[in-house]
Amino acid sequence: MEHHPIIEVKGLQKYFGAFEAVKDVNFTVNKGDVFGFLGPNGAGKSTTMRCMLSLIKPNAGQIRLFGKDLQTERNTILARVGSIVEKPDFYKYLSAQKNLEIFARISGASVDKRSILATLDFVGLAGREKDKVGGFSHGMRQRLGIAQTLLHQPDLIVLDEPTTGLDPQGIIEVRDLILRLKNEQLKTVILSSHQLAEIELVANRMVIINRGQTVIEGTVADLMNAQQTLLNIEFSQESSAAAAQVIAQRFPGSEVQVVSPKTLQLQLEKQHIASLNSHLVNAGFEIVALEPKRKLEDFFIQMTQS
Amino acid sequence: MLWKNTYNEFIKILAKPRSYIGLAALTLLIVIILFAMKADGKMYISFVTASFEQTLSFNGNVLNGNLIAFIILQMLIVHIPLLVALVTGDLLSGEAAMGTLRMLLTKPISRTQVVLSKLIAAAVYTLILVLWMGFLALLVGRWVFGTGDLIVLNSDGLVILNYTDVLWRYGLAFLVAYLALMTISTLSLAFSAFADNSIGPIVSTMAVIILFTIIGSLDVSVFDTIKPWLFTTHMASWRSFFNDPVPWSAIYKSIWILLAHIILFVSVAIFKFQRKDITS
Repeated sequence: MEHHPIIEVKGLQKYFGAFEAVKDVNFTVNKGDVFGFLGPNGAGKSTTMRCMLSLIKPNAGQIRLFGKDLQTERNTILARVGSIVEKPDFYKYLSAQKNLEIFARISGASVDKRSILATLDFVGLAGREKDKVGGFSHGMRQRLGIAQTLLHQPDLIVLDEPTTGLDPQGIIEVRDLILRLKNEQLKTVILSSHQLAEIELVANRMVIINRGQTVIEGTVADLMNAQQTLLNIEFSQESSAAAAQVIAQRFPGSEVQVVSPKTLQLQLEKQHIASLNSHLVNAGFEIVALEPKRKLEDFFIQMTQS
Repeated sequence: MLWKNTYNEFIKILAKPRSYIGLAALTLLIVIILFAMKADGKMYISFVTASFEQTLSFNGNVLNGNLIAFIILQMLIVHIPLLVALVTGDLLSGEAAMGTLRMLLTKPISRTQVVLSKLIAAAVYTLILVLWMGFLALLVGRWVFGTGDLIVLNSDGLVILNYTDVLWRYGLAFLVAYLALMTISTLSLAFSAFADNSIGPIVSTMAVIILFTIIGSLDVSVFDTIKPWLFTTHMASWRSFFNDPVPWSAIYKSIWILLAHIILFVSVAIFKFQRKDITS
């Protein structure tokens, strides 16, 4: 598949006085990507996202969106971008519909009332268009924020913590929404989230930044597969010690650890898990559960602490 | 995009409760003054005319709508800046405090256009305040008290203006008063570009007005060189239209100084806002 870069961030730097918020951030988001933007608190995610939307002027580096320089072609670029930065804030004394009308009017596209109502329906706020935003719950404002990003049919959607404050049902809906935007409307989405499991479920590529610098960037699948997986194995009988010896012989360096008489843990590359399973079964061990524990959280912690 | 956002600004001002505080306060104050003048106006006027009664005879309707309008304008022009700053000081900083500035500036509209659209909205709001004051003071005043010659006491003595010679003076006086209030609007807009909270620019604007007014009223030679250039010195130049003859050159000078301040304050607002990092 040919890669067509939508966002190119190179050597981004931003100082606030003596504080280096962003030292050297680099990443590329390709057309059609759902791109996870990860980093611990204070890593520089929010500053980078604000730089990408021209809310903050970087001290150095280059930001290109749709192949155009953000500094020189800001308005042309922003007409093709829908975004929520940090959290969606609205005019509390106005209704949901009036708020969307205000943002639609300056979005660079012609958005009629029917589109506004359809978008409200799309995010699950049908029937609430006349209600003042001041009375909305955090989750409802989050949905309204997403509606605001979609109004003018942007090519690129920037979502900063889009599931914050949502209930589990809301989180699932936002996840489905992102996947629909990618699959049905071929949108490019960049999202930061502390819900790392969410990123793992929706993103195809990601970057992790820490202390203002890019730590690693790549496809989620490649980055996850390149790492050893922490496996948790539970046996029907108290045979974990014996199984540990068998595994150590078959997979040297797998760092087997007996957790209990019936449970053990080990580090193993993902591609060897199936082989391990059949080897243990052939050796007569009854496996009740074989659970890969390495999730994005573990990978994230490993990357940001190293 | 400028006019689209200006339209947005009108919607926001119309929907904000604080926008009506100024109009309501103005209405209440003028109604109180009208009531007080109706109840005890003759006594009030006699304080002014008493010292001239040995040499002049006052006949006819001295306490008329024209005089009431002058009294109202003189009393309220000191307080209206606060009512103006209450709305205009909030235009940029209020959005920063609410977080909506962040949403607004991710749209394809330049920061200069954002400032200019808010300036236009502020100018219209200020104009509405002045027109409303003019309507209540002059039209309602004339309706309640009738019309008549206008007697004005100024530093040179008593000026008596024929009732047919008054309306154009009021028209131009309100225009210059509007210019003075626009100076306040743009000052608070400039402060608003620096702040991320609503109250700071409003307090700062009032602090500057008080400071400059005190400097202007201090009879100390060290301030003599700066006094003519302070905008507060020219805020009362609307009164000059009620001199006979009208000191046109002094009025033109005041207009130029007020306009220069407006341009300066708008330039500061645009300069600062264009370079501002939106971190709120």
